[in-house]
Amino acid sequence: MNVALFITCYNDTLFPSTGKAVVQVLERLGHTVTFPAGQTCCGQMHWNTGYQIEALPLLPRFVAQFEHAEAVVVPSSSCVAMMRDHYPMMAERIAAEGEDKTLPERVAKLLPRIWEFSEFLTKKLGITDVGAYYPHRVTYHASCHGLRGLGLGDGPLSLLKSVRGLELVEISNLEQCCGFGGTFAIKNAEVSSAMLAEKTQAVLNTGAEQCTACDNSCLMHIEGALHRQRTGVGTKHIAEILAHTEADAAAEANNPVEVTV
Amino acid sequence: MSRVPLDPRTAPSFQTAAKVLLGDAQLRKNVRHATDVIQNKRRRLVEEKHDWQQMRESGRQIRAHALQHLDIYLAEFERNFTAAGGHIHWARDAAEAQRIVIDLVKQTGTSEVIKIKSMTTEEIQLNNALEAAGVHAFETDLAELIIQLGEDQPSHIVVPALHKNRSQVREIFRKKMNLPNLGETPQDLAEAARQFLREKFLRVPVAISGANFLIAETGGVCIVESEGNGRMCLTLPETLISVVGIEKVLPSWQDLEPLIQLLPRSATGERMNPYNSLWTGVHPGDGPTNMHIVLLDNGRTDVLADHEGRQTLQCIRCGACQNACPVYRQTGGHAYGSVYAGPIGAILTPQLMHMEHSQSLPYASSLCGACYEVCPVKINIPEVLIHLRNKVVEQNGWYAPESLAMKAVAQAFLSEKRFRAAQRLGRIAESPLVKKRKQNKLQVLGQEEAQTPGWIGWLPGLLGGWTDTRDLQAMPKETFRDWWEKRNEKGSNRT
Amino acid sequence: MSTARDVIFQRIAKAKGASTPEAAHIAYATIERNYQSAPSLDRAPIIHLLEDRLREYDAHVYRVTESNVGEQVKQILAARNIQRVLVPDGLPESWLQGAIFEIDNQQSALGLNDYTAVLTTATLAIAETGTIVLQNAPGQGRRAITLIPDYHLCILRTTQVVETVVEAMRLLEPTKHLPTTFFSGPSATADIEMTRIKGVHGPRFVDVILVTDEIL
Repeated sequence: MNVALFITCYNDTLFPSTGKAVVQVLERLGHTVTFPAGQTCCGQMHWNTGYQIEALPLLPRFVAQFEHAEAVVVPSSSCVAMMRDHYPMMAERIAAEGEDKTLPERVAKLLPRIWEFSEFLTKKLGITDVGAYYPHRVTYHASCHGLRGLGLGDGPLSLLKSVRGLELVEISNLEQCCGFGGTFAIKNAEVSSAMLAEKTQAVLNTGAEQCTACDNSCLMHIEGALHRQRTGVGTKHIAEILAHTEADAAAEANNPVEVTV
Repeated sequence: MSRVPLDPRTAPSFQTAAKVLLGDAQLRKNVRHATDVIQNKRRRLVEEKHDWQQMRESGRQIRAHALQHLDIYLAEFERNFTAAGGHIHWARDAAEAQRIVIDLVKQTGTSEVIKIKSMTTEEIQLNNALEAAGVHAFETDLAELIIQLGEDQPSHIVVPALHKNRSQVREIFRKKMNLPNLGETPQDLAEAARQFLREKFLRVPVAISGANFLIAETGGVCIVESEGNGRMCLTLPETLISVVGIEKVLPSWQDLEPLIQLLPRSATGERMNPYNSLWTGVHPGDGPTNMHIVLLDNGRTDVLADHEGRQTLQCIRCGACQNACPVYRQTGGHAYGSVYAGPIGAILTPQLMHMEHSQSLPYASSLCGACYEVCPVKINIPEVLIHLRNKVVEQNGWYAPESLAMKAVAQAFLSEKRFRAAQRLGRIAESPLVKKRKQNKLQVLGQEEAQTPGWIGWLPGLLGGWTDTRDLQAMPKETFRDWWEKRNEKGSNRT
Repeated sequence: MSTARDVIFQRIAKAKGASTPEAAHIAYATIERNYQSAPSLDRAPIIHLLEDRLREYDAHVYRVTESNVGEQVKQILAARNIQRVLVPDGLPESWLQGAIFEIDNQQSALGLNDYTAVLTTATLAIAETGTIVLQNAPGQGRRAITLIPDYHLCILRTTQVVETVVEAMRLLEPTKHLPTTFFSGPSATADIEMTRIKGVHGPRFVDVILVTDEIL
């Protein structure tokens, strides 16, 4: 299949390794990955913070970049939820303002071809074993947008269960928000931190070495506290675990892990 | 005893209030315990109803329909309730409702009234108004009694005193009921309330209530409760005055079919609450002979006028969104500066206040969606929050610092070139803040992949909220798109 | 000067456009009601379910045939040491055994407070929720009599038991104008630390006699 990757603005800038992992997994499965160069942002940050006027022009831009793709894969459930929840209405609004009457129909045609990365594997391709090897104890954090927005359910867990060597440990407050919430983490930093404290405590209680998720936004938040507290527990996007193979493990064994100060 | 009511017009911002409340360990423990218990009970009882989603959808449609034809159903209710011997009064705002109630109470010649828990009367600050007019109101719901005697504020729409534990309640009762030897089991405390209030139920001639539902078709009123204090107030006094928001009307009796099931399972995690009372006007020989309903607008028609915000009025006040909300669970209800706390308060209060006050409330949410998931009438609270945020941004004007920054970022997103420039600029701007990693000498040189970026432990200004408790990973040297370009230049399909 | 009523109706019309009864009527018919409205259990398990639910609420439940109701009443009252019972008009004489039964004479609330027990029948019961529905009707009386006495003995025929809330609401449709009370167990509160405490202001003790005159 010809898969267009929408990396998302923050993964592009902050988490390129996730994008590389997505490419790696998809190519390993025999798919061709393309990267429409004009892509930037889905508009979520602006829309959710109240800047609708600023978010609107990003929609026609996104559609133009991706409407000819066979499938669009996005390693971020919150961005996919943004598209599914708000793009139809945004398109109607743009059309009503007389700017582009074709947009609602084009959005309606495009949306069914947009997949969150784990969802693409489990629901579109119908596979759970992607040939990964990751010999570590891992816990999974269900991001709110993946859990409630996209209804990912057990999909990500079934992918992780198929990873050889991986010991999956369940977190106690799976359905609870980590407190990120985009600008919420800054506007309401204290409450956000209190929510995060509960989440990191639950992560630590699992005894996992790594916490994974389908969203780097949550992971950036969780890792921010895990690192500040020097817990020694890290985070990794699910794509990076699924990309990991026996060969990677062998290479790592030959190259000792760098030391962080 | 009068207390300073929660008033959005004078309350501090959510952020400010939350900061203080987060420091109250006892309160946080009480709130967490109570919301955990209700949530677990609710979850069990929702799971046993295989038709829950169908009921939710019906509930949503019924409430949305009633709002769409509100004028018709209010007129029908008025007609039928009046024909059944009741009296209808209309109040444009809180002050008018207060005046109407005070006049009605004064006409009876009493200086004491008994009250059923009613968030609507809390909204209009009725108790203080009555007190000022020389009328003392006895709250008869156990939680409201705790609040009243403790000179406290309600922090939850269903369980207003959930922020107090048994020892705290015991102290209040010991002092205010003059019971030095009062025990501290919940049974002891409930028994004390029973003794304290029984005499008032039997003696006080006027009761004040809210209502859960009005039924247009019959002129009927429905009140659900647990303790029997509601039944006491509804049946024993000669006069009953109910203050009810205009949005509470349902078209017909059959609309109760789903709603009377959705409400208790969502609110208290019970299959049915202990008592539901339904009546239509005056029934000779059974209950009050002098019956009044004050239909209150107080900003509701403004909410109705907002196409996106209107669904807020579908609310049946079950409190499930409060119990499910991870923000509410940290702060409790008082941070919201209004009797309507939690997610529903975060959307209702700013709208009732014409968006002039409580501008911080639409931001008091991580948009996690737990509220929408549990809402028995499917109010899309995150969607309304986002809608209200947009209104806040419009009100604050284009030249607010945040607005300028957000605009600049949006501009960058409109062109690949500008976006790349912004990415580079970001890296440069953050570089003085990044604690560099020292590379392990053993690391194989030339392995760019292994060069994970350093960490930021301090950020300036508004962003500092992040680094108070969290580190931030610095931006990697190479963006994904740079890597992709290089990889394709090499003409290889290696990764 | 326009009245508050006029102003509120004007505001509503301005907010969403004025509606008409016809438009409301047509739209009302389109509301989906796809929830369960018929029983899913047979009669015998429905009665069992009601008994279970009532016992969960700490009510004692007795199942007797019509001819044994009076004897059962006598035994229950004797066990609870109750000598004087308030009753509404309209109960079968044969049920009233083992105590002095005084018919409600519209005494004041203070007068009702002298009674420790009340005996009534009911309109129907809902098995799924353990709910008994009382209305102002013969055998049930006005609302206050089942509220103030601390003990309520309720006699109900098994034919009056339905499985679901929806069935109950439909059966109540013809009498929807009557004062109606749904009670599900004794009065209760969970206002202190979410601990359910039975018995606050309403009756603290409830027993139910189920009269089995149907073949189960």
